[in-house]
Amino acid sequence: MTRVSVTVDGVSYQDEVEPRLLLVHYLRERLGKVGTVVGCDTSNCGACTVLLDGRSVKSCSVLAVQVTDRTITTIEGLAAEDGTLHPVQQAFHDNHALQCGFCTPGMVLAACDLLSENADPSEDEIREGIEGNLCRCTGYQNIVRAVQAAASEGRASSASTGATTGVTS
Amino acid sequence: MIPASFEYERPANLDAAVRVLQDGGEDAKVLAGGQSLLPVLRLRLSYPELLVDLGGLAELRGIREDGDAIVIGSMTTHDEVLKSELVRQHAPLLAQATATVGDRQVRHLGTFGGSLSHADPAGDLPTIALTLDAQLHATGPGGPRVIPASEFFLDYLTTALRPGEILTAIRIPKLGAGWSTHYEKFDRVAQAWSIVGVAAAVRRSNGSIAEARVGLTNMGTTPLRASLVEDELSGAAASAATVASASRSVTEGTHAPNDLAGHADYRNHLAQVLTRRAVLAAAGI
Repeated sequence: MTRVSVTVDGVSYQDEVEPRLLLVHYLRERLGKVGTVVGCDTSNCGACTVLLDGRSVKSCSVLAVQVTDRTITTIEGLAAEDGTLHPVQQAFHDNHALQCGFCTPGMVLAACDLLSENADPSEDEIREGIEGNLCRCTGYQNIVRAVQAAASEGRASSASTGATTGVTS
Repeated sequence: MIPASFEYERPANLDAAVRVLQDGGEDAKVLAGGQSLLPVLRLRLSYPELLVDLGGLAELRGIREDGDAIVIGSMTTHDEVLKSELVRQHAPLLAQATATVGDRQVRHLGTFGGSLSHADPAGDLPTIALTLDAQLHATGPGGPRVIPASEFFLDYLTTALRPGEILTAIRIPKLGAGWSTHYEKFDRVAQAWSIVGVAAAVRRSNGSIAEARVGLTNMGTTPLRASLVEDELSGAAASAATVASASRSVTEGTHAPNDLAGHADYRNHLAQVLTRRAVLAAAGI
């Protein structure tokens, strides 16, 4: 067993884990963060995407022990404490950017990562930016629309408050 | 799928990493970014007993200028390579190819050195290292040594790294004035593995091609240089007809694989087309 010490959605955890434990299984089975889903289990689909120190990674392709002393944000850590949705979540809701919803947690976090680096992406840049995430329902049009809406909302609010849509920590 | 059990070490410095890796013997495996290794472990295609995680070795990260070359630490991520002004300026071919590796998530964790050490013939970066005449620095029980890229890739997933050796840095000579480059990749869209890829570096001089280098991805069990094409292009007129003619020789000495993404015949044709496109683009014709 190896000790892992990690901050997930603002809470610090210390656990003894088997080195072979994948981050996605640690999140779901140890911490109960079942908002992070297992899709393909072969690192193609991106459904298990989380943010590691603000950057998107596929949690099925990371060992829990690799993220010791790092910070993880899952889909469950995006909304404000009072339940107010993160602007990207709100944009997905407003634009009906889901069909079955299984890819949504990963799509939202991939979009957060993209927007944290590029606040004003073109449609092509959005499509390329979420290339690591598959929507098996093929509902990409509304997903792209939602990312565009979140980007323009983010630019509007950063102009007024200095905040950004992306998550950086 | 869950990987088979293994022991895990996260050494704090390079000396310790070499020691731990050596002690682990044949059943030890280096973990860099894990973006190739973890899928392999999950599918249980490999059963190492010990993983030596280099994630704690800050000394293996970063990109610096060193005279007529840039030096990239082996644990530098693809994302860091992409964002490097030094790479963009002195090795734009590497930046162009790195942008096609995996997806954003993979590029945040995957490393340049990991990709070279994995030596997948469908991987793009081994071809780039070979085309740019990179020097690979490794450290092991016998001390440090330098391996030219042309001697590093031995076979499918097999490199010249000896047991206990760790790739530490990649030295890429700056391309001088007059050189320009292009990477032409044909891939399965959602996967980003090259069916075939062609890297071209061309030095133009007075309307002719003074020198050319052509590297091939996934046309054999290792990345290859198309030396016959290079010879035909060197000193030739910089014209579309010359390039098209030279590109026909590209399959000489290659052994294109047959797999679900394409038959060898198809790859041979593709290699000719992509070589022509890559050289034309690099030469600005």
